[in-house]
Amino acid sequence: MGLQGYLIVSTLLFGIGAFGFLARRNAILMLICIELMLNAVNLSLIAFNAYLPGSSNAGAIFALLVMAVAAAEATVGLALVIAIIRTRQTPEVDEYSDLKD
Amino acid sequence: MPIETLIALIPALPLAGFLFAVLAGARLDRLPSHGHDDHGDGHADDHGGHSGHGGETHASHAETDDSGFRTGPSEEEQRATSPHAGHADDLANSNGADGVIPAESNDGLGQVGHVVEGGPQPVYRSWMVPTALVAVGWLFSMIVFASVVFGGNTYHVRVYEWIGSGSFRIQIAFLVDGLTAMLLLVVSTVGLLVHVYSIGYMNGDRGMWRFFAYLNLFMFSMLLLILGDNFLMLYVGWEAVGLCSYALIGFWYKKPSAAGAAKKAFVVNRVGDFGFGLGIMMIWTLLGTLDFGEVFARIGSLSPVAITVIGLLLFAGAIGKSAQFPLHVWLPDAMEGPTPVSALIHAATMVNAGVYMVARTNPIFSASPTAMWAVAGIGVFTAIFAAAIALTQNDIKKVLAYSTVSQLAYMFFALGIGAWVAAIFHLVSHGFFKGLLFMGSGSVIHGASGEQDMRYLGGLRDRMKWTYRTMVIGSLALAGIPIFAGFFSKDEILGEAFNRGYYLFYAVGVVVAFMTAFYTFRMIYMTFHGRWRGPRDAWRHVHESAPTMVAPLLILAVPTILAGLLLGLPPDGGAIHGWLEEVFRGAEEAGAGILPGSIAAAGNAGFALFGFGGLLLLIGASVGVAGIWVAHGWYVRDPEAPARFVARIPFGLGPGMYAASVNKYYVDDLYGLIWARGGVLVANALWWFDAKVIDGAVNGAGWLAQRIGGLLRRAQTGRVQNYGLGMAAGLVLVIVAYLVIRP
Repeated sequence: MGLQGYLIVSTLLFGIGAFGFLARRNAILMLICIELMLNAVNLSLIAFNAYLPGSSNAGAIFALLVMAVAAAEATVGLALVIAIIRTRQTPEVDEYSDLKD
Repeated sequence: MPIETLIALIPALPLAGFLFAVLAGARLDRLPSHGHDDHGDGHADDHGGHSGHGGETHASHAETDDSGFRTGPSEEEQRATSPHAGHADDLANSNGADGVIPAESNDGLGQVGHVVEGGPQPVYRSWMVPTALVAVGWLFSMIVFASVVFGGNTYHVRVYEWIGSGSFRIQIAFLVDGLTAMLLLVVSTVGLLVHVYSIGYMNGDRGMWRFFAYLNLFMFSMLLLILGDNFLMLYVGWEAVGLCSYALIGFWYKKPSAAGAAKKAFVVNRVGDFGFGLGIMMIWTLLGTLDFGEVFARIGSLSPVAITVIGLLLFAGAIGKSAQFPLHVWLPDAMEGPTPVSALIHAATMVNAGVYMVARTNPIFSASPTAMWAVAGIGVFTAIFAAAIALTQNDIKKVLAYSTVSQLAYMFFALGIGAWVAAIFHLVSHGFFKGLLFMGSGSVIHGASGEQDMRYLGGLRDRMKWTYRTMVIGSLALAGIPIFAGFFSKDEILGEAFNRGYYLFYAVGVVVAFMTAFYTFRMIYMTFHGRWRGPRDAWRHVHESAPTMVAPLLILAVPTILAGLLLGLPPDGGAIHGWLEEVFRGAEEAGAGILPGSIAAAGNAGFALFGFGGLLLLIGASVGVAGIWVAHGWYVRDPEAPARFVARIPFGLGPGMYAASVNKYYVDDLYGLIWARGGVLVANALWWFDAKVIDGAVNGAGWLAQRIGGLLRRAQTGRVQNYGLGMAAGLVLVIVAYLVIRP
């Protein structure tokens, strides 16, 4: 098992995340799917960092940055989602279509 | 003071007078209509009584203004409302006049102060400083004139560099040679006398300070025009006199016909000035300089076609300013202005600017036979055309106006055949005697309560002795009777035409001389002889004009009698030839305008009193006498004769010809049809284009954007997943495209 294995896992994770984001209607689940995609990317970054020569740990550092941003995004996103769930009394994103037209 | 300083001061003095009159003039006049007359603060002086009406619309304000302090119609008001006063004008927008007058300048306009019974007498002092400055300027002009003419000097005074932009360098510089000196003589003398005359003529007009301000501005502009040593200064003066002409024609701007006439003069002049401007630009483009001396020295290096085009463009300006056919229509209408203005601007000075310009640029014209022919042809045609209109006009000022057009045409005729000196000679003598005639007609109008239709005048010679005598002197000069100025100058033109081989033009000129003598004395006989034909009330008020008005007439009568004898003897070789020799030397040596086979071409153009020249003089004098004799027969001995003559014209053409002449050969109507009506049609077509095509395009663009937006709005579902799907699809698309393109 080499780089390919990590990339396959990463692709699968990303695909699950993307599918979940597009298919699920629960706002909290969609947030979790976004986290899944971010972590899939993180995994590939780390794998590239480990296997490709001369990358000088840029991938690892980038993964740390992604984690920091993901934490911030999760905080703000969750706050927004909870706020909207409270006002709308539903987590279903189908109901949030006031911006249509 | 050195002469150079005097020359620079000559235009500066009237400019100072203008500024003074504008800044202080209104405070110097005391008008009785206002309760207060001691604290002078500009506008309050004019409007003190009405300051409470600020919120009213202007039209009603003006009416309040009128009725507030007058007990009866004023003289100028009568003039404005007289059924015979002025004819409605094609280009005039009669109703527009009132609305555009700013309340600040709501003075003047025939609101005569002295009709208020028992009130304090009006005091007019605004004329003093402007007139004094013009008088000083006249003195300087005469010193310069004497130095140039008798001392044989030519002055070139550089004041400073006005424009220095790359290779475009224009000096403020004055050139005084023989030609400028002759113009200086006429402009300064007539200008001063008109100022003096206006003191009496404009007495009682609330706008007197404004009048003198404009007169001074005009004097400045005209002097700039004749003194400038480059085309740009000439052009600036040229436009500025046009502006002053506009302002003074429309001096009584509440009279719709005056406002319209001013507008017409301005617009018609623009047509000519456009050509003039193009000509100057062409000179600059081709020669890189506008300095007279340099342009004339290098004009020969241009191609003949270029010279001809420049000449014709310059002449277009002269046609406009000097009221030649087809741009003559503004000058007769310009008679709506006060009569001193007609005398100064529209007879003696401004209209001469075109003649001066062509004479000044004689090296250009003499290098182009085509341009010379154009000048001569327009001149001859306009001479007979305008004279044929003057025959039947009934308004005393219109007769003189058409006479002016005709006489100016004589000058162009002379210029076109290369008789430069004769043209300037006629300009000088015409300036004096036509100024005299116009001021005389103003005296008549003033004395006859504003009546200027000759059918309602008559018999004035008993009550206006001095006006009558001086006007007869002026008329004799205009008619070309020997010893008077006009005889020498006119016959010099005719003699030159004959010598140079223009036999047809000569014949036309002789006919015009006959017509001139006829209509001039028709005017004299209708105005001063016979019985008074106006209202009986008016006859009781007929009186000789004030001394300030008669004195200029008497003074002008002197050069009218003597100018010809002093300048023009012997014929064809008078003093004026020596004075102007230097200016026209190049053109004379080139023999411009001399036709092959003529007497002049054969080299024996010398004048012989008991030979051919004497015969020409005799013809010139006898047609003048004949014209007077016919006029006397028709308008004094047998008043029925004109009607019989009209009836005797074969084929029943008589009444039609008379109607055509009275209606100015329908040129004004034609222009009204083409330009005024045509302009409306074009404007309507453009309006349609604007409303339908331009607005349609703008609205169409909006409609299109709306429809496209309507289609695109469907993409906005408001569902987060749809947007996410779009992003994912876009990402896939980008990756696929990358993979496809990359190999």
